[in-house]
Amino acid sequence: MMKALFAAIAKLISGANARWVGCVPDVRQRVYFANHTSNLDALVIWATLPPDMRALTRPVAARDYWVKSKLRLYIANEIFNAVLIERKKPTTHDNPLRDMLNALGDRHSLIIFPEGGRQTGSELAPFKGGLFHLAKDRPDVEFVPVLLENLNRVLPKGEILPVPLMGSLSFGVPIKLEAGEDKITFLGRAQNAVKALRKP
Amino acid sequence: MNLKPDKQTYWLVGGVLALLLVSSLIGWLLSLRVTSDKGKVTVQNLNARIRAWWMMVAVFGLAMATGGIGSVILFALTSFLALREFITLTPTRLGDHRTLFWVFFIILPLQYYLIAIKWYGLFAIMIPVYAFLFIPIRSATAGDCEHFLERTAKIQWALMICVYCISYVPALLSLDIPGYAGQNGKLMFYFVLVAQISDVLQYVWGKTLGCHKIAPSVSPNKTWEGFIGGIASATLIGAGLWWATPFTPWQSAGMSLAITLMGFGGGPVMSAIKRDRGVKDYGNMIEGHGGVMDRIDSLCFAAPVFFHLTRFFFT
Repeated sequence: MMKALFAAIAKLISGANARWVGCVPDVRQRVYFANHTSNLDALVIWATLPPDMRALTRPVAARDYWVKSKLRLYIANEIFNAVLIERKKPTTHDNPLRDMLNALGDRHSLIIFPEGGRQTGSELAPFKGGLFHLAKDRPDVEFVPVLLENLNRVLPKGEILPVPLMGSLSFGVPIKLEAGEDKITFLGRAQNAVKALRKP
Repeated sequence: MNLKPDKQTYWLVGGVLALLLVSSLIGWLLSLRVTSDKGKVTVQNLNARIRAWWMMVAVFGLAMATGGIGSVILFALTSFLALREFITLTPTRLGDHRTLFWVFFIILPLQYYLIAIKWYGLFAIMIPVYAFLFIPIRSATAGDCEHFLERTAKIQWALMICVYCISYVPALLSLDIPGYAGQNGKLMFYFVLVAQISDVLQYVWGKTLGCHKIAPSVSPNKTWEGFIGGIASATLIGAGLWWATPFTPWQSAGMSLAITLMGFGGGPVMSAIKRDRGVKDYGNMIEGHGGVMDRIDSLCFAAPVFFHLTRFFFT
């Protein structure tokens, strides 16, 4: 109930319009990886998924941000079922990759932002290695590029009040790690897959 | 604003409903008869448009039925949706964020509040003067100089078209026309009907007889046949509705001509903006029509002119 309400509000504020250009909505296990420009990003991807997929899809988020208040922690745990990871100083004990693999399990999907943080420019930052390691450990999972546009105008970094513009999400063709493909090549290819979704 | 529906209002509403019924029937017959693929697409779009018209007429009718305030709220929401579509298409920068917040949540509601309390002296100049001066001040204090004039101009233009011009439709309710007190709802109905039916008739004439394109690079579907046929037939219909207005038949014909010509002019202007941004429609809210802005472009351009003509000659 709360989840459906949250999703409806998110869709209303962001005016989000989802375009499934490279794949169709499906409950199979996927990792959605997207560019990151706004606090709304994870919420909006999660909200535009059909309800059955939404129930199985967990956004990966920075623990340092979401544990700051009780409300945030409640939203992260109860609404999004978020996977909170340590992004500042990962240790063997606090290993983000292991947390993400555990969260995937055998039926969940993930939403991740491989740039590592919100960007303010128009260009994508280089992707972090986690995406590569996930792809290496879970060759059975589809990696779906997602391009978010205009959400940084709805709620830019550092602003509290949203402006009601229409954001758009494009879901591209899933990619997989090729045999013998190295980290740099794969991450470059993943980044290009997101960029390629920009409308001509 | 106390607008009681009278017998003439019922005639207007009944006429529109009859027209919709006939259109739905024709659309249904066409869908049975069409065979070619291209024809099927056209008829599907036609029927989607007709269905959307039923919805729009229902919403407009409901707003009218509540008296003045419902119409003000309806057009405020229309402005909000149109402005949202417009600014989404228009590149602004981070430095404009708080200005945009003002535009959506303070200037827009304020304009419609002024319309609701019928403060002509202020609603006529609030956006062209005060918002015009305030917007660059707010953006400049945000400290981003890149493309400053361009960004400011775009925001001001969006406000003028999507808020200021559209607000002239419910502003018709505030006109004090001798011998027409309490009947302004019909004047607004007349205006919207003539402007929209002109769009529809231009479409119908263009689809059936159109071959000479007016400005193919801007509006590929606009033809001279559609233009002349649409304007002439809509003006005739407008003249025939004189009994619902404060005008004589000839005055009503003149007013309708002004509405249809201005409405026609709005199309290519709003199209040119879309095409410059590389899109076909402003949005996808209204099935078959595109976005809200795609449907109201003619109202935007016709409303201020119709309001001021009526105000100058009849009050």
